[in-house]
Amino acid sequence: MATAARKTSPKSSSAKSRSPAKSSSTAGGTPAVKTPKPEEFKKEQELSAYHDMLLIRRFEEKAGQLYGMGLIGGFCHLYIGQEAVVVGMQMALKEGDQVITGYRDHGHMLATGMDPRGVMAELTGRRGGYSKGKGGSMHMFSKEKNFFGGHGIVGAQVPLGTGLALANRYRGNDSVSLTYFGDGAANQGQVYESFNMASLWKLPVVYIIENNRYAMGTSVSRSSAETDFSHRGLSFKIPGIQVDGMDVRAVKAAGDLAVDWCRSGKGPIILEMQTYRYRGHSMSDPAKYRSKDEVQKMRSEHDPIEQVKKRLLDKKWASEDDLKAEDKKVRDIVADAADFAQSDPEPDVSELYTDILL
Amino acid sequence: MPTEILMPALSPTMEEGNLAKWLKKEGDAVAPGDVIAEIETDKATMEVEAIDEGKLGKILIGEGTEGVKVNTPIALLLVDGESEEDLSKASVGAPPAAAQAPAEEPAEQKTEETPKPAAVPKAEAQPLPADPDIPEGTEMVPTTVREALRDAMAEEMRRDEDVFVMGEEVAEYQGAYKVTQGLLQEFGDKRVVDTPITEHGFAGVGIGAAFAGLKPVVEFMTFNFAMQAMDQLVNSAAKTLYMAGGQMGAPIVFRGPNGAAARVAAQHSQDYAAWYGHIPGLKVVMPYTAADAKGLLKAAIRDPNPVIFLENEILYGQTFDVPKLDDFVLPIGKARIHKAGKDATIVSFGIGMTYAIKAEEELRGMGLDVEIIDLRTIRPMDLETVIESVKKTNRLVTVEEGFPQSSVGDHIAAQVMQRAFDYLDAPVITVAGKDVPMPYAANLEKLALPSVAEVVEAVKAVTYRG
Repeated sequence: MATAARKTSPKSSSAKSRSPAKSSSTAGGTPAVKTPKPEEFKKEQELSAYHDMLLIRRFEEKAGQLYGMGLIGGFCHLYIGQEAVVVGMQMALKEGDQVITGYRDHGHMLATGMDPRGVMAELTGRRGGYSKGKGGSMHMFSKEKNFFGGHGIVGAQVPLGTGLALANRYRGNDSVSLTYFGDGAANQGQVYESFNMASLWKLPVVYIIENNRYAMGTSVSRSSAETDFSHRGLSFKIPGIQVDGMDVRAVKAAGDLAVDWCRSGKGPIILEMQTYRYRGHSMSDPAKYRSKDEVQKMRSEHDPIEQVKKRLLDKKWASEDDLKAEDKKVRDIVADAADFAQSDPEPDVSELYTDILL
Repeated sequence: MPTEILMPALSPTMEEGNLAKWLKKEGDAVAPGDVIAEIETDKATMEVEAIDEGKLGKILIGEGTEGVKVNTPIALLLVDGESEEDLSKASVGAPPAAAQAPAEEPAEQKTEETPKPAAVPKAEAQPLPADPDIPEGTEMVPTTVREALRDAMAEEMRRDEDVFVMGEEVAEYQGAYKVTQGLLQEFGDKRVVDTPITEHGFAGVGIGAAFAGLKPVVEFMTFNFAMQAMDQLVNSAAKTLYMAGGQMGAPIVFRGPNGAAARVAAQHSQDYAAWYGHIPGLKVVMPYTAADAKGLLKAAIRDPNPVIFLENEILYGQTFDVPKLDDFVLPIGKARIHKAGKDATIVSFGIGMTYAIKAEEELRGMGLDVEIIDLRTIRPMDLETVIESVKKTNRLVTVEEGFPQSSVGDHIAAQVMQRAFDYLDAPVITVAGKDVPMPYAANLEKLALPSVAEVVEAVKAVTYRG
């Protein structure tokens, strides 16, 4: 097992060409909200973000490898490149808040603190998986961590996440539902049905649109009449902001703003996370619809993990050796999860007929 | 020992591929994420990325090699200070045990643990629930189905704060068919929620609230409109408990009028009993009488599973006796013998019962003693009661308004054939709606629905009273 940390690219720097957004529009009486200026992280925050993002990165690389070996079946959608989104958002949450997303969900699960062993074992379809091996990559849940899936139908999680918010309002608690979906799902009708009800009833839901620029193989500009997704709520008076989703500090700042917005009873808010997936849509997608240069440029100039790494080194909050040790720690966690996911038995055949009805 | 880089699979079905191109050469440093090679199949080409940091020590499969089996080592990576001398430690050429073991392990498990068709475990038969005893002297109150449904919701809302009603026109309008009359006044707008016309959306919102532990009763103005929400009902409500390994599910009721009303034509006249009855993870209830409507709706609201509760507009105004009891709850999954008999069995449910009951009266006049079973629940289906009846009468007719292909009756006929073949003295006849979209014209609509005469003819046929 290789343990060395990746070499830092000297070019690595914070996003310049993808400067985050201007303020949202105020058309039709929609409240104006401005993209907050990211605050510098404290040392512990940088280190924690580094660890959490690296765990997702290494986990996904391992998942890709196990898929290539035939140990993971079906569909497998990797989150590599988008790590800052879930890690930054999670830093803005508190106990009781809920998370729900689509099928590119491994990163969200790890970010909510779900056990990498249980997630990996679900990917290999084993009994120790979060769904006893009956859900797979796209359908995993953790009641304990308030993670509500893992949904395989594009956009279906949006009404569901809105319903979680309805339950919060019904019970009069101050929990917030983080409802994630992609630029592809943003064109589904049920998203707008949900926007309407959420705004009408002032539900505490943060709609996080992870705009990774491609809905499977179709670029945003070829699929979407309005490519500024922060404007997608204007007809429903839901404010939105664009966020540099490659900078975990920018995500955290936007997350704080959005969660406060919801907790204070102002209703839903939209965060368009401008991000990028390095891999294909799924494992079987060779990603021929974009140039290698485009991918390489994002990787070398905007990588979310490299940005944190550079800051840690520049501020002398960590040495190369420290980060190497951290990398080794993360690799060990992932290797342990992969070992477990291969040695854990398949579900007992009696599980075929369990969990259909209570 | 050097790390082996294996030939990856692009999909679970890929067994071999071509090594199209090496992008790194021996001696090159590689970092995680670096593209080191390109592989191709007849469907696609794919880049092979390095997982570990190190140095490409040796290329085992040359560029242009075709038919490379998945999981064959294609190169050796030197990591953590390993040098070229370490290359000899790898068992080059021979299938390396270390790499093969994990790949083969699940395959072996499959052959050991995957059951052969004959060994597929059967779902355990649940003991049949029984209707509660109605104490002697209980007052029977003539009640319409509409009132019975409203009373059931009101009683459950008084009993459990987590129960709430949502749907189109359920609150201020008092229900499009007045089923929710008075609920807003008693429970307020937090618990009786008017939704926009947005079936797909509010079905999903209700299911999300149920995931969080609330117990929504979602009204569809009619089930014809629930087709807009079918994905949420089937993929989100019915399957989540299974996909979550039992961690969470949706305690929710979807209710509303189902099937043909009168003269509303094709898009507003469909019976969905067979559709929902097809889906594991749902319970499907379709009552006929007001007492069953009340007792079963109360059970549905308390049930921790998603329940599809199919009502009927024509039945809403019909009056039946309902026992005056504080808490009248009936078991889901239990059929009711509406009338005992010995010469033939008619099985029906919902509005289908009206044809069965009238036909039985005519047949009685012909000297036939017919048993009528009201199924009440479509899923889980009480086939035991049907089979017990067939063992006694040896003849079976099913009656429903839905389309004939893959109907509820078809399922009953198939099950009875498999489980009680020796008891049948005649082929089962399934009376159903005609295989046409519902026409508007009065005469055609009448023809498209089943008729009492068809049921009478069917019973005569199975009893050979031509």
